[in-house]
Amino acid sequence: MSLESRVKEIIIDKLGVKPEQVTMEAQFDTDLGADSIDQYELIMGFEDAFGLRIDEEEAAKLTTVGEVIQYLKKQGIEE
Amino acid sequence: MRRVVITGTGMISPVGKTVRESWENVVAGVSGVGRMTLMNPEFFTSKIAGEVKNYNPADYFDRKLVKRVDRYTQFAMIASREAFRESGLEGHIHPERLGGIIGSGIGGIGTMEQEHKVALERGVHRINPFFCPMMISNISAGRVGIDLNAKGLNFATVTACATSGHAIAVAMDMIRMGRSDAILAGGSEAPITLTGVGGFCQLKALSTRNDDPERASRPFDRDRDGFVISEGGAVVVMEDLEFAMARGADILAEVVGAGMTCDAYHITAPAEGGEGSARAIKLAMEDAGIGPDQVDYINAHGTSTQLNDVNETEAIKTALGVENAKRVPVSSTKSVTGHMLGAAGAAEAIFTLLALKQGIIPPTATLVEPDERCDLDYVPGKARKADLVYALSNSLGFGGHNVTIALKKFTD
Repeated sequence: MSLESRVKEIIIDKLGVKPEQVTMEAQFDTDLGADSIDQYELIMGFEDAFGLRIDEEEAAKLTTVGEVIQYLKKQGIEE
Repeated sequence: MRRVVITGTGMISPVGKTVRESWENVVAGVSGVGRMTLMNPEFFTSKIAGEVKNYNPADYFDRKLVKRVDRYTQFAMIASREAFRESGLEGHIHPERLGGIIGSGIGGIGTMEQEHKVALERGVHRINPFFCPMMISNISAGRVGIDLNAKGLNFATVTACATSGHAIAVAMDMIRMGRSDAILAGGSEAPITLTGVGGFCQLKALSTRNDDPERASRPFDRDRDGFVISEGGAVVVMEDLEFAMARGADILAEVVGAGMTCDAYHITAPAEGGEGSARAIKLAMEDAGIGPDQVDYINAHGTSTQLNDVNETEAIKTALGVENAKRVPVSSTKSVTGHMLGAAGAAEAIFTLLALKQGIIPPTATLVEPDERCDLDYVPGKARKADLVYALSNSLGFGGHNVTIALKKFTD
């Protein structure tokens, strides 16, 4: 499964949103209805799935689906 | 003083997913107790439980909510929705005049266990960020507030097995005082977990009649050997009588009184002779302005433990006098529901209400041979038709909490 699909799957699972809502540009708060605790849970979901730690400062910058994918790629996560 | 009535009822229990289904089974004496499936019962002394059958949270909640709301709160929300629907209040009350008093004996013990395990195995930084707001025992009241837009007074009562009896008693007082026009009152419980069941097993409080689950909860019986742990939720909509009449509500029963006391005796055992419970019964009758000769039915706490059933019998005799106590039908619907702990008081208030409304006394379905110290009319085996006007419902909780609710058949 591609990195993109894995990230999308986690978002759909954690936020209970529809697959078509999860576009690259979708903002977690305004487009996907995630409050601050939702977003923290999401970060934990990425950490678990990809076996890394995302510090709070970095996490705060991850506001869209695309930004998460870019970030993970930069950490050397491909597939 | 404002009069208080019930206009809606909701329930999810081991004997049904609605009030109607639960009531039909209670009247027919159909047990909701079976072998435990939510937990592997292998290491428990009690391997039986009253579980809500074929429960699928997705039938009620979206995915996100299912994961963020403990099972105990789900039950409270389901019961509240049913009660609110029946009341027809939606659109007829200002949200700030609609309250919620919904408690739990324990709270989200399943969530507690799960996240404790996560903390030990993977570290505290892996604890679910929703852990606290899922586990706390007041969150059902808060969740129901959000779900039904109830913006008035909102809190939880927490008195173990008397929890939702207290919720109803306090709601009555709040409406009498004019603090709210309507209140969703009740409780819920989801205690069938490793430490929930394990803890009660260690107290030797649970029945070990594992080979005969349907007859394991046998209140007042000579061979009773403890209560059966159950889960569920029960909520009533209580309203100021005039407010309810003005909007043309269908009134189900009147809440005419309540009595609340503490044994101040022992943390788990009832006071000798049911002294504390007797005072609660007396206070409820006084509050209702009725004498013991006017009580037509008592829905007993009747847990099927050695101590409760004898002491509650004594309490009824003390409060009503022996002659009236022997005249009044007393039954325990826990004979088929098992003990829903924090949901029990409200569930039993609903059964009491239906007994008044339909003129049917639900039986102590599993009672065969009464304990010789239990010498009242427990309506053994089969339901009975009777014209009832006043009825009482008792709830007693660990901590020595006693509460009795007095209900009256509603007539204009």
